Amino acid sequence: MQSILLFLYRIRVFLIFVFLETIAVYLIVSNNSQQGSVFFNSSNRLSGNILNTQNNIIEYFSLSSVNKSLVEKNAELLSELENYRQRNESNFIEIDSSFVTGFQFKGAKVINNSINLSQNFITLNKGSKDGIKEGMGVFNEEGVVGRIKGVTANYSSVISLLHIELLVSSKIVSNEVFGSTKWDGRDPKFAKLLYVPRHVVVKEGDQVVTSGYNAIFPEGIPIGTIVEVKPGLETNYLDITIELATDFTRLSYVYLVENEQTEEINLLNQSKESVDE
Amino acid sequence: MSSNRIFLLVGGFVFYLVVQVVLLKNMVLFGTSFCFLYVFFILLLPIEMKTIPIMLIAFAMGIGIDIFYDTIGIHTASLVALAFLRNTWLNTLTPTGGYDENLTPSLLNLGLGWYVSYSLPLILIHHGLFFFIESLGTNLFLPVVQKIIGSAIFAFLMSIIVQLLFYRRRRGI
Repeated sequence: MQSILLFLYRIRVFLIFVFLETIAVYLIVSNNSQQGSVFFNSSNRLSGNILNTQNNIIEYFSLSSVNKSLVEKNAELLSELENYRQRNESNFIEIDSSFVTGFQFKGAKVINNSINLSQNFITLNKGSKDGIKEGMGVFNEEGVVGRIKGVTANYSSVISLLHIELLVSSKIVSNEVFGSTKWDGRDPKFAKLLYVPRHVVVKEGDQVVTSGYNAIFPEGIPIGTIVEVKPGLETNYLDITIELATDFTRLSYVYLVENEQTEEINLLNQSKESVDE
Repeated sequence: MSSNRIFLLVGGFVFYLVVQVVLLKNMVLFGTSFCFLYVFFILLLPIEMKTIPIMLIAFAMGIGIDIFYDTIGIHTASLVALAFLRNTWLNTLTPTGGYDENLTPSLLNLGLGWYVSYSLPLILIHHGLFFFIESLGTNLFLPVVQKIIGSAIFAFLMSIIVQLLFYRRRRGI
């Protein structure tokens, strides 16, 4: 017995090393799910505050470009609003409730962002106090940014589109073909469009937008432009590269979208599955 | 250990952590070269320090860095591995006559040749582990090797600059 204890004492350094590494690996694995606890990441209170202060200082350097893009977005929205304005001279028809979209929009500021790792996350300065919930879609005036992963009281963390495991349901505008956008971990400017069958004719320069099928994003938010189409090596699908519409290197303000009908749609999908069984 | 030493240790810990997450986090050259300067806090701890305290410090440092990088566990795992190997590597590199007491294994104290053979392999192990774990699930090889080598060179050059500016001969930070 004593010799066992002596032996354990002699290799104590190695045992503590294994113990600490086990904790680290446990943390890595438990963090790998797409939605999880947010205690140990940049949206907890202390780190959130530090990042917020840092961002308040850095923000001044990008004010002009932020203003410019906000003005552009404003102008676009104003011209769109003009179409919906009720005119006096024409008859007005009440829109049917089946056309109600049920999307709620919110705005937030990016306080932490990374683009160079293979699993990138973004931290926003709004949390559950402001009505942010897990699973909300995030985009800005250029295009899709990501999806909310976890929320604390004042901050929230977003899985960036530049995360090798995030899939965004998307479609090609010109021929309405559906696919999934996924980043391949190489260049923060480009991503892949997956699951487009070989028989589809895809042209370079076609726009790719969100499809509205996964109930996170409304239909038609830009994702990018197709720049390269190749036949896939072994699969039945095309190998399509798209240039992302969003410039992730200078994210500053983003919009959040919540589908109020998500629960209803999920419920419907579940009942469909139970019929299949 | 005198109170002065403890103060320097805690101060250095906070200083490296804050500099890393506030300044160096956004400094990535060409999209491949990261600057993980915090590694040198572990590398430049006094020579006679035991492996267990070094590993515990490395663990705390790794968690702190991970929280801000949103890479929970990855920095921790690679930094603890570096801390585990550090003293063995120091023993292997003992110059004839042994080390002086209370020495910081730095460029100024032991010379450039010794410092390169001490720090470069350890940085490469740390960076290799970090980028390997980080890129699990992708099938990228070349970009990862680029990142490992680019970041190791960048961090090594930064460490030389920092030591020339802020470290004194014979004494710690």
